Amino acid sequence: MEPIFYTCQDYYTHTKGVLYILMIAALIGIAFFWRFLSGGDDEEGRL
Amino acid sequence: MPDNTMAAKKLFTPFNVVSGSIIIAGIVITIMRFTMGLDAVTNLTNDNPWGLWIGFDLLVGVALAAGGYVTSAAVYLFGMKKYHSAVRPAVLTGFLGYSLVVFALAYDVGIPWRLPYPFLIQQGTTSLLFEVAGCVALYLTVLFLEFVPAPLEWLGFKKARELAVKLTLALTVLGCVLSTLHQSSLGALFLIAPSKLHPLWYSPYLPVFFFISSIIAGLSMVIFESTLSHHYFADKMDAAHRRENEGVTLGFGKSASLVLAGYFIIKAMGIAGGNNWHLLGTSYGLWFLVELLGFVALPSFLYAVGVRNRDLKLIKWTSAWTVLGIIINRLNVSLIAFNWHLPSSQRYFPHWMEIAISVFIVTVGIVVFRFIVTRMPIFYEHPEYMDITEKTASTEAIP
Repeated sequence: MEPIFYTCQDYYTHTKGVLYILMIAALIGIAFFWRFLSGGDDEEGRL
Repeated sequence: MPDNTMAAKKLFTPFNVVSGSIIIAGIVITIMRFTMGLDAVTNLTNDNPWGLWIGFDLLVGVALAAGGYVTSAAVYLFGMKKYHSAVRPAVLTGFLGYSLVVFALAYDVGIPWRLPYPFLIQQGTTSLLFEVAGCVALYLTVLFLEFVPAPLEWLGFKKARELAVKLTLALTVLGCVLSTLHQSSLGALFLIAPSKLHPLWYSPYLPVFFFISSIIAGLSMVIFESTLSHHYFADKMDAAHRRENEGVTLGFGKSASLVLAGYFIIKAMGIAGGNNWHLLGTSYGLWFLVELLGFVALPSFLYAVGVRNRDLKLIKWTSAWTVLGIIINRLNVSLIAFNWHLPSSQRYFPHWMEIAISVFIVTVGIVVFRFIVTRMPIFYEHPEYMDITEKTASTEAIP
């Protein structure tokens, strides 16, 4: 169900809030992804 | 007459027959286009003035030609000399790509001889198209200068070649600056049409999306092109080129995986920024998810698995899949999700002759690429310009 926004501030509070949560999740996720991606590196630690 | 039979066999190879037929058909349609006008060969209208020639030949062409600046930047700016063997093929692909973009533009622009007008008659400096035109013209010149050492080596013009090589670093810097500008500006062109482009594809971050995805296109295209080249032009490659190929595939695959992951994140940010989550359940939303999950998230994961397991075959197939994803993305933005609210009777679908011209232009690119790599030092170092260590390492040099 879509939230109803009565003011521009409501809209931005909602969308920016979702963006910040996503950004935190992305920063944590990309760190794990980097570890996964680097799992096959050679003995020097890089490809 | 056995000699004549041999010559005929050599001339009528499957490649020559297919490409020759396409080129003849293309020439016929070209004559029609320039004698009878756009209306005779296209479905373009005032409502849909940009069709396949802009969506595919220009937007896809520019994105897939990004391998030139990506590879040059990696080698000459970031010092990754182990990818040096990939530079010349990438620059050649970029140079041909941009040349064909301008070639295709001559078909699409109503009065093609007015193409230089933005520089000579009316600047229109507030227009994004002016910036794109300026950058593409300048970058095509830069790519030509980056590519020119190969023909100069082939022709034996040593002094001119030395001068051209001295410009490499400056040209690389200029190439990166110009590419950053016009790759993003091609996305910015659609910022002017928020009511025409579907909200899932429209975003204030469109320029960023286009620029980041051009890096992905460049990296994937280098892997894809080298895969095809190793299959069809293996006899033109020296030992150094063949030896470095595995490293190029793994290194570029790893970079592509990471950039795809970043691109996936910013695309999700685009949905969140526009609060468009509810549109994901619609038919356009499902198509958007196919693009986002199938052609962004999936190749990112497959590249990562390929790099971890050193599975070159998987990386090469993934590069082809990613290139397809870039094509789909550009067509989505410029054609499929554009004017999405119009009834199907008013929507644009390319005329078969538009598709034929696009196939013709791609074929011309392949034929010219083949002509160049079979004659010029693209996949090998010219023996006269190698240093001693390279000469020793490349004792198996074929040409």
